[in-house]
Amino acid sequence: MSAKRQFRIWRGDETGGDLQDYMVEVNEGEVVLDVIHRLQATDAPDLACRWNCKAGKCGSCSMEINGKPRLSCMTRMSTFGDDETVTVTPLRTFPVIRDLVTDVSFNYEKARETPAFAPPPDVAPGDYRMQQVDVERSQEFRKCIECFLCQNVCHVIRDHEENKQAFSGPRYFIRAAELDMHPLDTRTDRKEYAQAEQGLGFCNITKCCTEVCPEHIKITDNGIIPMKERVVDRRYDPLVWLGSKIFRRGETPQTSVTTARQGSATPSSATRSGIHSHAGAPTTRGPRRRRRAASTGIGRCPTRPRRRSTTGAGFR
Amino acid sequence: MTTTTRIERHHYDVVVIGAGGAGLRAAIEARLAGKKTAIISKSLFGKAHTVMAEGGAAAAMGNVNSRDNWQVHFRDTMRGGKFLNNFRMAELHAKESPQRIWELETYGALFDRTKDGKISQRNFGGHEYPRLAHVGDRTGLELIRTLQQKIVSLQQEDHREHGSYDARIKVFSETTITELLLDGDRVAGAFGYYRESGEFILFEAPAVVLATGGVGRSYKVTSNSWEYTGDGHALALRAGATLINMEFLQFHPTGMVWPPSVKGILVTESVRGDGGVLKNSEGKRFMFDYVPDVFRNQYAETEEEADRWYTDPDNNRRPPELLPRDEVARAINSEVKAGRGSPAGGVFLDIASRRSADEIRRRLPSMYHQFKELADVDITAEPMEVGPTCHYVMGGVEVDPDSGAAFGHVRGLFAAGEVSGGMHGSNRLGGNSLSDLLVFGKRAGGHAASYADGLAARPKVAVDAVEAAVETALAPLQRDTGESPYTLQQDLQAVMGDLVGIIRREGELADALVRLAELRERVAKVSAVGGRRYNPGWHLALDLRNMLVVSECTAKAALERQESRGGHTREDYPAMEPKWRQVNLVCALDGDTVQLTRKPLPKMRPELIGLFDRAELAKYLTDEELADFDALVADAGEADNR
Ligand SMILES: Cc1cc2nc3c(=O)[nH]c(=O)nc-3n(C[C@H](O)[C@H](O)[C@H](O)COP(=O)(O)OP(=O)(O)OC[C@H]3O[C@@H](n4cnc5c(N)ncnc54)[C@H](O)[C@@H]3O)c2cc1C
Ligand code: SF4
Ligand code: SF4
Ligand code: FES
Repeated sequence: MSAKRQFRIWRGDETGGDLQDYMVEVNEGEVVLDVIHRLQATDAPDLACRWNCKAGKCGSCSMEINGKPRLSCMTRMSTFGDDETVTVTPLRTFPVIRDLVTDVSFNYEKARETPAFAPPPDVAPGDYRMQQVDVERSQEFRKCIECFLCQNVCHVIRDHEENKQAFSGPRYFIRAAELDMHPLDTRTDRKEYAQAEQGLGFCNITKCCTEVCPEHIKITDNGIIPMKERVVDRRYDPLVWLGSKIFRRGETPQTSVTTARQGSATPSSATRSGIHSHAGAPTTRGPRRRRRAASTGIGRCPTRPRRRSTTGAGFR
Repeated sequence: MTTTTRIERHHYDVVVIGAGGAGLRAAIEARLAGKKTAIISKSLFGKAHTVMAEGGAAAAMGNVNSRDNWQVHFRDTMRGGKFLNNFRMAELHAKESPQRIWELETYGALFDRTKDGKISQRNFGGHEYPRLAHVGDRTGLELIRTLQQKIVSLQQEDHREHGSYDARIKVFSETTITELLLDGDRVAGAFGYYRESGEFILFEAPAVVLATGGVGRSYKVTSNSWEYTGDGHALALRAGATLINMEFLQFHPTGMVWPPSVKGILVTESVRGDGGVLKNSEGKRFMFDYVPDVFRNQYAETEEEADRWYTDPDNNRRPPELLPRDEVARAINSEVKAGRGSPAGGVFLDIASRRSADEIRRRLPSMYHQFKELADVDITAEPMEVGPTCHYVMGGVEVDPDSGAAFGHVRGLFAAGEVSGGMHGSNRLGGNSLSDLLVFGKRAGGHAASYADGLAARPKVAVDAVEAAVETALAPLQRDTGESPYTLQQDLQAVMGDLVGIIRREGELADALVRLAELRERVAKVSAVGGRRYNPGWHLALDLRNMLVVSECTAKAALERQESRGGHTREDYPAMEPKWRQVNLVCALDGDTVQLTRKPLPKMRPELIGLFDRAELAKYLTDEELADFDALVADAGEADNR
């Protein structure tokens, strides 16, 4: 059940590069990463790509396959047509190191800035008591395998280098949300922090991050939107605060969104399918094109972006 | 030579090689002890093998069954390892695991809960009571992320105090260490390269903790990633340390067998812990036919009893599907050989007919996705096909049980986690690795810190050693006459898989050694095309020599040990031999050659051996040892009467 298939793989480094064509054998049941490994063992021994687990657990093998941000170890060849050319390019939001490997240090920097879990000072190790229902909300976010596909796809930084300073991205919004919902975390300003320091206000709830998440984390609905809700005075009344930690499940989540930077952005599907555009990528890729910041207009997330330049005209 | 002057140099008190559970826990401890600490890893931060662990971390917290305690855990661990374990390590592990797990909660971990709000614990093979703290089937992810986040929190403290996140603990990701550097018999530093740039980097440090994980990439069918090339094992050998128990490899009974490209990927034991059963092509639950004598009393004899155990474990014996892994792997192997295998050459693992679809999706979410997405199999509706896969190496650096300091003639070298040996004896119980990482990671990090404190003067790195390391590292790129590293790896995997696999024979092992010697010549001449920047071919070329020396250790020790025990099965010596239980096989390097010596196992302390009953010990001990045991019991009896 093996056949030759056409692959186009971006090869190069920060000085430039282009798509190269390969004809490569593909066997039944294989995923894109298997094909890349076969190329390494045959035609392209120095083809750079990251991987570890080959089972969708480590989040190392993120790349863009036919323009879609995917885990290559979980993208089966059978999902493509028999004569379809498979085009593989590196994540676009991060600087290329070589071939399919990008510099994702942006994410680690943002992780380092997000304030850590603040344990209750008076509870001894071994005495932590939490109910399953209360930990489940945070557990959803802790499923994150840090593939950074959501970061890659978010229009706020995808083609806007200038926003990276002020914007932590969906991965770190859910980290803040996870701690906000942690039954025993003692910091009370996670939401405020997300607004003031992580740039939550840039997010206009296009949900592209949720769409690409291989762990199916409901990043927007369960993480970002609840973080955007502001409960007035919640912070200043310890009793109310305690109540909110314990009873929050019973509350109806507020969906009206007020952010510091934008007037309002309503998470309606009309926005997504109507004004919001998925076609974000320019057709040719010169040096990084700078466009207006998302906070000034309507965001575009290339969940289904067009292909990267095929002309090799210098990759950023 | 001018190269050395251009090499980036760093000074640390403690360098931890490896960013899995063991490495991160060690680094936390060293940093808490006030040492300037570096963490080095071949992959990105948070991607080490530990992230893949599924089932859970074993710790006798007694949350689900209050009868559990460290003594029971200790007994299970010794049994699982067929009494070849270093008893002191098994003891420390059983005693300290609960604290190490609880500590994770103070770092922010969120384990699944019991009804009364404690950490939930699940059943696993070889564990008498539900003992594995878990988060669904992604426990390793929780563990590594929690430790990663604890390190971030320490860095935030340092940032507040010193103005820099990296002031006292820094992560060097995608950096591979290729050599340890010595000053006489003392560790002086570590040398390696940045994968990204191919540039070299030198760490000067008096104490090094090895936490590099395992060796599985020497096998084709494995659950292990590209990182598992035995680097730490090889680095230790070359630095003058010794390895023990290298003949013992764990073949996990349930790896995927179809499609071929995913062959070897792990199917967690939790599937069986949560009720899944193994069947052959005739639909028979064959494990009942494979309960060995030593375990006869603890396992159910009928399907009815086995099924009752899930709800009433106090009055029934456990299902034989939950025997230790070596037993289950051998049983599957025999069924397939006898022609009762599944179409793809495995057996059937069935949870669909045993639990509701909802429950399966809730308790085993990543297994559900893994099969759905990689094999088009809906595990809530149909059985999985599974077969043995190379999973874990019990053997590793021979260490002092309390401190993790390496034996042999080197000082300042410590090891923890999968790269260390002894703790698991001849076979590791599922869930005992994650807790091992925490217990011995902490110990190794702490002892490395106090070793560094106790030094009057810092060992010095010798320039010629650095030059030699540079030369060795660049050689494959400068040669264009040798073979491809990928071809060599395939050939090595073929030798190990075919001749040093799950069932071993004298002739084949001897043959393997001849072939490994040939491979050694070829590996010495390997060529890598391309440049120094992120070049996986070059990286593999450098890993090969480590894989090779570790494989030689395994083959040599496997040939020497003329018995079957745990992860070492000899077709020509099928029985367990009490005399061999008293022997550890120790590997050391003499020049380039692996030297094997026999070393007596440390003797269990009276109060520990007293935890077992005589009937059980009789299955493992020699007559003299039993006589000693009887004398001990008689003494204790007399003491009672006095
Ligand atoms: C699929 C799977 C499931 C498992 N499930 C369980 C389970 O449920 N319970 C359980 O207890 N155990 C389980 N195990 C076993 C357990 O996960 C491992 O034994 C354990 O994680 C090893 O941890 P470690 O800290 O020793 O090393 P690892 O986590 O493997 O980390 C090794 C580190 O060393 C680094 N390294 C290696 N060589 C070098 C070098 N030359 N230079 C620099 N860095 C280097 C690597 O980059 C990595 O960071 C499982 C294993 C697998 C594969
Ligand atoms: S919802 Fe859209 S804008 Fe907001 S974080 Fe996700 S991708 Fe970015
Ligand atoms: S939230 Fe999802 S998409 Fe984003 S990094 Fe985590 S796993 Fe990846
Ligand atoms: S290799 Fe781990 S997620 Fe793809």
